Amino acid sequence: MAFTFAAFCYMLSLVLCSSLICFAIWNIIAFDELRTDLRSPIDQCNPLHARERLRNIERICFLLRRLVLPEYSIHGLFCIMFLCAQEWLTLGLNIPLLFYNLWRYFHSPTDNNELMYDPATVMNDETLNYCQKEAWCKMSFYLMSFFYYLYWLMCGPQACEQTVGETRTSLPLSISIAHAPLATVVTVSWISRFLGSFRQTYLSDLVLPELIFYIEICSDSESK
Amino acid sequence: MQQPLSTGHGAPLQNSSSAPEHHQQVPNKAPLAPTAGQYDFTYYQNDYQAPVHNIIRPSLCPTSSGSPQGPGQIYTTLPLGPSLIAPQGPNLIAARPQLDHIPQQAGYVPSGGYYPGQVSYNVPFQSTTQGVYPHSTTSVNNAHPGFSYHHAMPVSSTQYSVPLTSQTLHPASSQPLVGVLPSRVKPLPETRQRHTQASFQPYPAGNTGAAWQPLPEASVTTPTSPIVNPTVTSSSANSQTSTVPPLLMPHHVNQSYLPDRPNVATLPAVGAPHARRPPPSAHQPVSASASPAPASEAQEGMHYGYVANNQVNSAPSPLSSTSDDEDDDDEAGVDTSSSSSSSTNTSLPNNYDALEGGSYQDSSSSATTVPAPSDPRSSMSTKPFGYAYPTLQPAYQNVASPSHSVRQPTGPGYSPGPQQFTRPFSSVNQLSSAMEGLTFQNRQAEALKQVSLLQERNILPPVPIQSPQSNLSPELQKLNCSPDLFRCTLMNIPQTQALLNKAKLPLGLLLHPFRDLTHLPVITSSTIVRCRSCRTYINPFVSFLDQRRWKCNLCYRVNDVPEEFMYNPLTRSYGEPHKRPEVQTATVEFIASSDYMLRPPQPAVYLFVFDVSHNAVESGYLNICCQSLLENFDKLPGDSRTRIGFISFDSTVHFFNLQEGLSQPQMLIVSDIEDIFIPTPDSLLVNLHESKELVKDLLKVLPTMFTSTRETHSALGPALQAAFKLMSATGGRISVFQTQLPSVGVGHLLSREDPNQRSTTKGVHHLGPATDFYKKLALDCSGQQVAVDLFLLSGQYTDMASLACMSKYSAGSIFYYPSFHHIHNPAQVEKFQKDLKRYLIRKIGFEAVMRIRCTKGLSIHTFHGNFFVRSTDLLSLANINPDSGFAVQMSIEESLVDTSIVCFQAALLYTSSKGERRIRVHTLCLPVVNSVADIYAGADVQAITCLLATMAVDRSVSSSLSDARDALINAVVDSFTAYRSTVSNLQQSVLVAPNSLRLFALYILALLKQQAFRTGTSTRLDERVFAMCEIKTQPLVHLMLMIHPNLYRIDNLTDEASIIVGDKMIPQPPILQLSAEKLSKEGAFLMDCGSVMYLWIGKNCNSSFISEVLGFSNYASMPQNMTQLPELNTTLSQRTNSFVSWLRDSRPFLSIIYVVKDDGPFKANFLQKLVEDRTESALSYYEFLLHIQQQISK
Repeated sequence: MAFTFAAFCYMLSLVLCSSLICFAIWNIIAFDELRTDLRSPIDQCNPLHARERLRNIERICFLLRRLVLPEYSIHGLFCIMFLCAQEWLTLGLNIPLLFYNLWRYFHSPTDNNELMYDPATVMNDETLNYCQKEAWCKMSFYLMSFFYYLYWLMCGPQACEQTVGETRTSLPLSISIAHAPLATVVTVSWISRFLGSFRQTYLSDLVLPELIFYIEICSDSESK
Repeated sequence: MQQPLSTGHGAPLQNSSSAPEHHQQVPNKAPLAPTAGQYDFTYYQNDYQAPVHNIIRPSLCPTSSGSPQGPGQIYTTLPLGPSLIAPQGPNLIAARPQLDHIPQQAGYVPSGGYYPGQVSYNVPFQSTTQGVYPHSTTSVNNAHPGFSYHHAMPVSSTQYSVPLTSQTLHPASSQPLVGVLPSRVKPLPETRQRHTQASFQPYPAGNTGAAWQPLPEASVTTPTSPIVNPTVTSSSANSQTSTVPPLLMPHHVNQSYLPDRPNVATLPAVGAPHARRPPPSAHQPVSASASPAPASEAQEGMHYGYVANNQVNSAPSPLSSTSDDEDDDDEAGVDTSSSSSSSTNTSLPNNYDALEGGSYQDSSSSATTVPAPSDPRSSMSTKPFGYAYPTLQPAYQNVASPSHSVRQPTGPGYSPGPQQFTRPFSSVNQLSSAMEGLTFQNRQAEALKQVSLLQERNILPPVPIQSPQSNLSPELQKLNCSPDLFRCTLMNIPQTQALLNKAKLPLGLLLHPFRDLTHLPVITSSTIVRCRSCRTYINPFVSFLDQRRWKCNLCYRVNDVPEEFMYNPLTRSYGEPHKRPEVQTATVEFIASSDYMLRPPQPAVYLFVFDVSHNAVESGYLNICCQSLLENFDKLPGDSRTRIGFISFDSTVHFFNLQEGLSQPQMLIVSDIEDIFIPTPDSLLVNLHESKELVKDLLKVLPTMFTSTRETHSALGPALQAAFKLMSATGGRISVFQTQLPSVGVGHLLSREDPNQRSTTKGVHHLGPATDFYKKLALDCSGQQVAVDLFLLSGQYTDMASLACMSKYSAGSIFYYPSFHHIHNPAQVEKFQKDLKRYLIRKIGFEAVMRIRCTKGLSIHTFHGNFFVRSTDLLSLANINPDSGFAVQMSIEESLVDTSIVCFQAALLYTSSKGERRIRVHTLCLPVVNSVADIYAGADVQAITCLLATMAVDRSVSSSLSDARDALINAVVDSFTAYRSTVSNLQQSVLVAPNSLRLFALYILALLKQQAFRTGTSTRLDERVFAMCEIKTQPLVHLMLMIHPNLYRIDNLTDEASIIVGDKMIPQPPILQLSAEKLSKEGAFLMDCGSVMYLWIGKNCNSSFISEVLGFSNYASMPQNMTQLPELNTTLSQRTNSFVSWLRDSRPFLSIIYVVKDDGPFKANFLQKLVEDRTESALSYYEFLLHIQQQISK
């Protein structure tokens, strides 16, 4: 398989796509965390917990917002790369999402784009449902595009120079190669879901804080 | 306007002209004498001089039936059931129906004896029945079962809503709930003529257990009840069954009667009883001609005998007026356990503790209480329905009917609490409930009646609209939460989401949870009984499986009844859990145990943040503000721990050290606004009582300290940060006074408004905040239980959209005084003063949370109001105040097929200013229906409008104003389309609406012309945004006034149909349509827009009005910008003033009154509120309907 620019694009997309999948999964977890409040109603009503809970919500929203730009820019990068590589079909598949992202980003209600995940309104069930659905859709989209990229990486147009027979042989190969990361992704997604349904004792209490911690450190270091 | 009433009867006008016909009774409070068993009523006639043209009451008189029988008998027929009741003369209370057409309402004044005025009513009858006391006749009428008072029960006041039937009153109406069925029957020709309303306004007999005493006259008490006039009988029978077709819908009269204070003295009868009414006003063409002799009337009465009977039935109801009408705040009201107070409410005493004391008398409230259709306290008195629109289409006449059954009028009466009145006889009750069952269908049919909007010219009823009645059984109905507190857009909940989608109506709740209530059972109990799985509080709608177990009505889990709950302290009996106050009233307050607090309840902490820049000093607000604080210093809610502090700021932030022991306040200036810090954290917030003198000193000198300042900058952001730091340890309330755009430090803002775009139709920008600093601050505050209230006093643009965020998310409130100046704008100054006073002394709850639960299958998905949504069903409210309302939108997630009722429970947990943790619980129960028709029948048009308004606000911020406007129009189009395709079977070309939604298009049009949503008319951005904030937070009653003002003609106020509040008579003119067509140059018109009133004086206005009310010799000599009504010593002035002040008293904040002259500055504002008229940029009502029709037929 010749290593064309297109192949490079697909490779890069493959890698970045897995990160997008992670983002999406994280979004799903975050919304689930927002939705569930495990405390007893009496505790919930307690002013002290109010503070804690509010902080939690604000923190999650803050992180969600921080992830927005990376996600959108990564996806934008795909589109630019495929445009350059003249991969029109792939580009065509990505364009709708690109527009959706652009709309979402520039259509935020405030003048300063900060309201995308607004702690004050995100807790409305409607918003929450919408965001959660969006996250699931995105995850499935990224997952499918992951396979798509993988497929084209293995047997895409750059391989057209090769014979048909070779292409055929490479297809199963590509699938088998694809199997490892795929299995990982699928497993992760199902685990997250599983845990989520468990009222996310794990991911929310263990993974999430660490993730938050990690990202906060990153952001702190950035700001300094 | 009025046409002579038709043929059969004498001209309707005649009625008006003939004094006797008018029945006007002024309800008074029953004297409260709790004396055992006897009640005397005195009726007064208000109407003795009715200038009223409109009044037509004649045929209605029950007596008119001209019963061959003695008059007494006639009356007795009333009770239909009467027989049941009748025999017990003593118990019967005579209630007088108000038969007036007259716009004014008639009130009863129960004090011993009927007042002579009644005579006048009966006049026609009298002729027939001679020798009978007019009173007696009336009294007979009164013998309505409903009136009779149960001894044991504290009498609750009942108000009947008087159905204004054009034709006749429905007999059934006599019974509070049941009786008034609007019958959809087509109007008989005659009916037109008589548009009468009878309102019952029974007053509570006071708390006394006394039985009502029958009138002295034997006739009254005569048990003859069974006797019906022959003529009458058939009709009466029908009426009782509520099926009577011939009757037009009674108009609902909603006057809520203002709760009388127990102390109120009964009014002396006004005027000669027999006094004739003044000749009809010029409006009424007919009037002059018609002055039917009583005899003739009697004849008529004969013809329409059935009518008369009906009226009789409907008429009287004793009022128990125990309720206070204090609108506000007092906790005292709440806590008072006096037996008297308890009477108005359900039978439960307010204070549980008191109950334990044994003062409570157990009354089987369920059995005895009649679901009162109307709230006795409601302050509105009936207005005659037919008054303005004699020519109404039949459809129109029906209009008001749906509201009859409403328990509480939503009228201006601000204070009414839920009330029920009791009936003496259980058998009667049973009868009534049976009747109610029958009436449901009628009612529903009524609500569903198709109204052809394009053909109904006069669609607005002259009386305030009530919420519709649900299909609930009467037993549940009477337990239900007051519509003032808790309202649902659909009184009948659809079974599935699909069904809801079919109806195209929004499903949501409107709440006013912390409203000032005069009667509220307060329960102290070590265990608060709640469902174990969903934590619902026990409420009247749970079912007891047996003595030991109850089933939750929200999640259906079966719970145990705790041992403690078995004991009923009210009756001191054991084993009656279902008699506990928690399960007897839908609104209760618990004093929470220590489980509900992890830290001690916070003290009341108030921090005032003053803008003292040059601009602020110029406006002169500081002086007023400090003055007001000084005056109300001792009334600030709180206990011995209350703390207070002050911060002022210009380009620096000033703190005031008020530590006890200092000889004078110290001012500490922090000029480092980039990194604000608190200089002496301990001594800035000080105990109110310990440092009282210092605080007072400070307030005295503060206004003078900055008089010569030249600092023009405003560092609001840093000042708020400092305030937050100061408050975060305790929580509390920050009151911010700001007069200009913050210009330095964090949170500084730039002007975003382009004055040239104020009237653009292209879209309004900058409705959202420019920075999220204020929102973040608000969220921080919310986390620390601090609320920020914003007072914006400014002439220029101050970016309300950004600043308002500080209150929106911290559960604060927002006040806006555009163009405030202490000299140039005295009206605003007065409003500011009064508002501030109310603000300072109103009740307040700290660190509150509100959770709204609903039956499994329903889910709440969006909240509207000022708060922070902490969890999907939990609202975090740093402060709760009695003037804020909330709205929620709901969806149906699971089918509700398995259940026949659904319940909603709002529980508000808060810390009172006295440091008690309390939980106020409201429960609303609604039936589930499976047909679209039922959904439409239960549609509450006001609630729908308000909910749509809040949704539109969200839409305009998140999308655009034009989107929001389109969405509003689409809401009407969709629902009418859906109605036509599902329920109605009419031709395409006709625009029809169900009767329940007949005002929908009008309200939406009004909304589109409201400041918040209008386009094409110059609207300042701040005012627009403020209007939007108001829409989100105002409770329904006030919001409706903002959207659709009430217009009254007040140059010819009379005492007819007045209601009596305290010792004043409040005239009740009819509400006119908002159209210039209703204005006349000869009149004076008052438009009540909630926070503002306009008094429009016609050019040729009666000079006596100008001189007697306004104090000027003629029109030309009146100043352009009058904002006060002088108190003059003339009858007319007193009437006008009492009416205006009554309107004002019904709302928490002052309404400025602008006197509008044709050449005056307020004329444009006034004309813009005439929403039915066409303006340069907006459609008229008729055009709007055409537009809708066009959309529908697309």
